[in-house]
Order: sequence, then structure tokens, then C-alpha cells
Amino acid sequence: MSFSVTEPSVRTKWFAGLLVIGYALITLIPLVWIIATGFKSPSDSISYPPVVLFEPTLEGYVNLFTDRTRATDQMLEEAGPATTWYEQIARDRGTVISGPSRYGERFLNSVIIGFGSTALCMILGTMAAYAFSRFKVPLKDDLLFFILSTRMMPPIAVAIPIFLMFRNLGLNDTHLGMILLYTAVNLSLSVWLLKGFIDEIPIEYEEAALIDGYTRFQAFYKVVLPQAATGIASTAIFCLIFAWNEYAFAVLLTSGNAQTAPPFIPTIIGVAGKDWPAVAAGATIFLVPVMVFTILLRKHLLRGITFGAVRK
Amino acid sequence: MTSSALTDAANKTPEGIARRIRGLSDRTIAWIFVAPTIFLLLAVNIFPLIWTIRLSFTDFRVNRPNNEVEWVGLRNYQRILSDPDVWSTMQATAHFLIWTIVLQVLIGFTLAYLINKKFKGNDLWTTIIVFPMMLSPAVVGNFWTFLYQPQIGLFNYVVAFFTGADPASFSMIGDVNLAPWAIVIADTWMWTPFVMLICLAGLRSIPDSIYEAAECDRASKWRQFWTITIPMALPFLMLAVLFRGIENFKMFDLVVQLTGGGPGNTTTLTSIDLKREAFERWRTGYSSAYAVILFVTVFGLASIYVKALNKVKER
Repeated sequence: MSFSVTEPSVRTKWFAGLLVIGYALITLIPLVWIIATGFKSPSDSISYPPVVLFEPTLEGYVNLFTDRTRATDQMLEEAGPATTWYEQIARDRGTVISGPSRYGERFLNSVIIGFGSTALCMILGTMAAYAFSRFKVPLKDDLLFFILSTRMMPPIAVAIPIFLMFRNLGLNDTHLGMILLYTAVNLSLSVWLLKGFIDEIPIEYEEAALIDGYTRFQAFYKVVLPQAATGIASTAIFCLIFAWNEYAFAVLLTSGNAQTAPPFIPTIIGVAGKDWPAVAAGATIFLVPVMVFTILLRKHLLRGITFGAVRK
Repeated sequence: MTSSALTDAANKTPEGIARRIRGLSDRTIAWIFVAPTIFLLLAVNIFPLIWTIRLSFTDFRVNRPNNEVEWVGLRNYQRILSDPDVWSTMQATAHFLIWTIVLQVLIGFTLAYLINKKFKGNDLWTTIIVFPMMLSPAVVGNFWTFLYQPQIGLFNYVVAFFTGADPASFSMIGDVNLAPWAIVIADTWMWTPFVMLICLAGLRSIPDSIYEAAECDRASKWRQFWTITIPMALPFLMLAVLFRGIENFKMFDLVVQLTGGGPGNTTTLTSIDLKREAFERWRTGYSSAYAVILFVTVFGLASIYVKALNKVKER
């Protein structure tokens, strides 16, 4: 490498690197703490001083996925010896498992609503973005700004009429209602991001296809879509993460049937006081997939969080 | 893509359909493509907004649907703007907004500046730093209450370890003076990476040649920083502030899980207050007026800010 006046010196690099790594490690502590607490026993989780080294147990995960009742001696006799490892963990605490908890259901709701709204959002978003990118749409700039401005509304502000509207349509606390709602919220992001990605595809490709006898539709799905695949994939992950994390609408508009995990996790309560290992276990299962997605997205992160306003 | 594949594809389309599709003008296709999006946004955003504005002039209550709804004109607006509680939530929001933005800009810009020194492995560490921002604020906020527990909480323990104070002597979310800072700290932890990423893009957009020219003119590093780096990164910095400003003005999930607005009303941000009025006291008309005021404020401030941003960009 040739010498350059703008290349920082080795010492500067070391110094910068140490500070950044130091910050990264500090910022990771709460996340590491969530994951670690999930594997602690209830007494370890609330010990003072907080324990860093502990004997890992799956009790938090068992408590997360099951409902338990205090066992009397008579009940224990009737039930016989524990047949599975998770039953054994419950027995060690003097409880018997009475059935599965609702966490699994809530997690499944998050998956259904997350993927459903993302799929719908990508279909609508890609079409609209293509039209805005390639055609002369009347009032184009105004429409695009209108789409963006829908994102500025505080969710609580529109929640009242949406609540009333959903109640009239029978959509309250349904998967379909939440899917439509999250699709609408995410459309601004997907249209703006995808328009940026499609703008970058040279228009000559389509013109060549059109000359070869393709119709507009064929040119769209045989030429443009494959070219925009990376952009579409990363936009989809952004929409998915948003729907996955959303809390305000979920807590106001769902109660049982279609409740997602974010409003549910904070309500997890143990037999005696808050069961922090179970909460942490629930949070871990919920948060780790997003971290994996973040790693996949790292090249497009900036674009996603700024609605395509900043491109690298 | 080969031309035979193209002709194959063209030939496979049934003649009738092909003619019909070809018959559509670009204009029609554009409308077919745009219409569903616009329709959905009108139904889920604009229609409710108009409904909110209508409700804001009435004394409607959702929990008493049989009551006769009366048109009360501007009374709701008058009440809100003259309510000292509303102004105290505005103050809490302003405190939260200003301090989160100040801290996040300072830390975020510093981090971006350091990462831009291109040390080995900076990509990996950037990705790690970004994690908190991608996670669910409600789930993370809920867990922060655990970190803030007196005595057993990790945060209190760490503070006690460095200052020598008794970790049971203070409660970040139970103390009237500390709670506003508890939410600022959690939000800063979560969203500093956002500002960092945008600043990093700004710093990377400055061409090396400018620094080389400055070096030839023997400008000091300090001077280069203030006359090149800051002005050229400023539009990005302002964009980051805009995004954080809008998001934190709407802030609900993280804070409601962390403190629930308490103790007292010290961390009751406007969104939390609005939620209480609308979904706990069920004063639908009143809270609709509240929502309209909030929306007008966000929209107004944002458009003034965007004008300023455009001026900076033009320079």
C-alpha cells in the first residue's frame, strides 16, 4: 500500500479500535445479560451481588413454555415419577406441569403476522415502486411524500379510529386485521426503499426486453424482479423486523387470539414474583433471530433505516 | 438471459391474454400498480385520521356507545392547551427528546469518527454495535427494568462498583429525579448506533482529495476537522437528528415498558398520556383532539426542519 496523507497512522488506528471495541463490549452487556439470565435458576437471577458464573439450568425455558401448579404429596403420588427431563425440573421445585403456556401460541402469532404482512407488503410495494420508478404517474412527488408522511403519525393517534373501524368490520384481535395494519404501516418503507433499488437497474434492460417482444408485465417479472432480488430481500427483512418488533398497535388492538410476543413477554409472571429467567428465556428466543437477520442485512442497514435517503 | 429464452417466454403466453396485456397502456399499468398501495394507505391511515379530526370536535366516548354524541366545537382543544398536566407531559417529552438527541449525536458521531479511521475489523464491530437498535423496544425495555432493580440489578451494581455508593440506595425507575434519566440512558443505549451509521455514511462521503489539498495548504488536523469534516458531515447529522426527533416524539413502547410513565408523571411522555386518555379513561373525543395536536406538532416541526436541512445541503 502506498503512503497517503489521509491514511491514519497505526497508532491512531489502535487507539480508535480500542475505543470502539470498548464501546461495543459495554453495549453488548445488557444483551449478554438477557441471554445469561435465561439460563439461571430463579435464585441465581436475583442474587446480590449479581452472579456472572453460575450453574446453567433450563428451568427458565421450562417455565416459559409450561404452566405449573404447586404439587401436594398426594398429587405427586398419583402422577408417579417424572418421565421427562422437563417434568423433572418442575418436580425439583415442588410443582407439576399442568399444560403448555401461551408463549408458543404468541410466538406463532408473531410468525404468522410478521411473515403475512411482509409478503403482502412486498407484493404491493414492489408494484408501486416499479410504477413510481418507471412510469409517469400524475402527482408522483406528492404521492410519494404522502406515502412517507403516513410514517410520521404516532401509532396511538390513529389507534382510536382503527380500533373503532376494526370493531365494526370484525377485525379486532384477528390475524387478518393485524396483517393489513402492519402492511399499511410498512408500505412507506418498502415503496421508498424499493424505488431506490429499482432506480438503480438500467432501464435499457427492459427496453431490450420490450423490443424482443416482451410485454410490460413480462419485462417486469422476468427482467426487473430478478435484478432487484437483493433489494427486495433486504427490504423484506426490514419489514419483517418492524412487524416482529411492533408493540403499540399490538397491545391496543389484540388481547388473546392474535396477540404477538412483544406485548406478551412482559406479562410473564412466576409463582412468586416476577420470573425473570422465564422472561429472559422468552426474550432470548424472540431477539436472537433478529440479530441473525441484522448480520445478513449489514450491507443495506443504512439504506433501510433512512428510507433510502442515504445510500452508500 | 438468452434470446431463445425470451422468445420462448413470449410464445408461451396464450395469444388472447398476450393481446389483452399488450393492449394496456403504460398509464393504465401504472395505475394498476399504484392503486392498491394508495387504497390501503387511505383506508388505514387517512380515513382514520379524518375520523380522528371529526371525533375531536365531539364528546364521544367509546365505552358509552349509547350516549348521544354532542358537537362541542373547539372545547376539547381549549381544555388540552390549558391543562397543566398536558404541559408537564410536554416538558417530560422535551427533556427526553433533547437529551437523547444530544447524547446520541455526541456518542454516535464520535464512534463514526473512530470507525472511519478504518482499523482492522471495523465492519465486524460496527455490526455488533448495531444490534440494540434492531431489537424489540418493548421486550428490551421490559428487561431494562430488571437491570435497574435496586441491589439485584446489574446497572445499580456497576454504578455502585465504580462510585462506592450502596447499590440499594437508589432506584433508577422509582426515584422522581432519576427516572427521566433512566429512560434517556436506555434510549441512548438503543439508538446511538442509528446516529452512528448515518454519520459514518457522511464521513465516508467526504472525498480524500479535499483532505489532501488541506494537507498541502498545511492546515492543522484540528482545523481540517472543523472546516472540512463537520460542515461536510452536517447534512447527514441533521438527517439523523430529524429521524430521531420524529421517532422519539412518538416514543411509546420502550418507555411504557420501562417506567409506565411513573413515578408520578415524571416520565409520562405525550404518547403515554394519550394512551391513558384514549384507552384507560376512554375520553375518545378529548384524546382525538390530543392526537390531532400531536400530529400537527410533529408535522409542523418536521417540515420547518426539512426546509433548514435543504438550505444546509445547498451550501
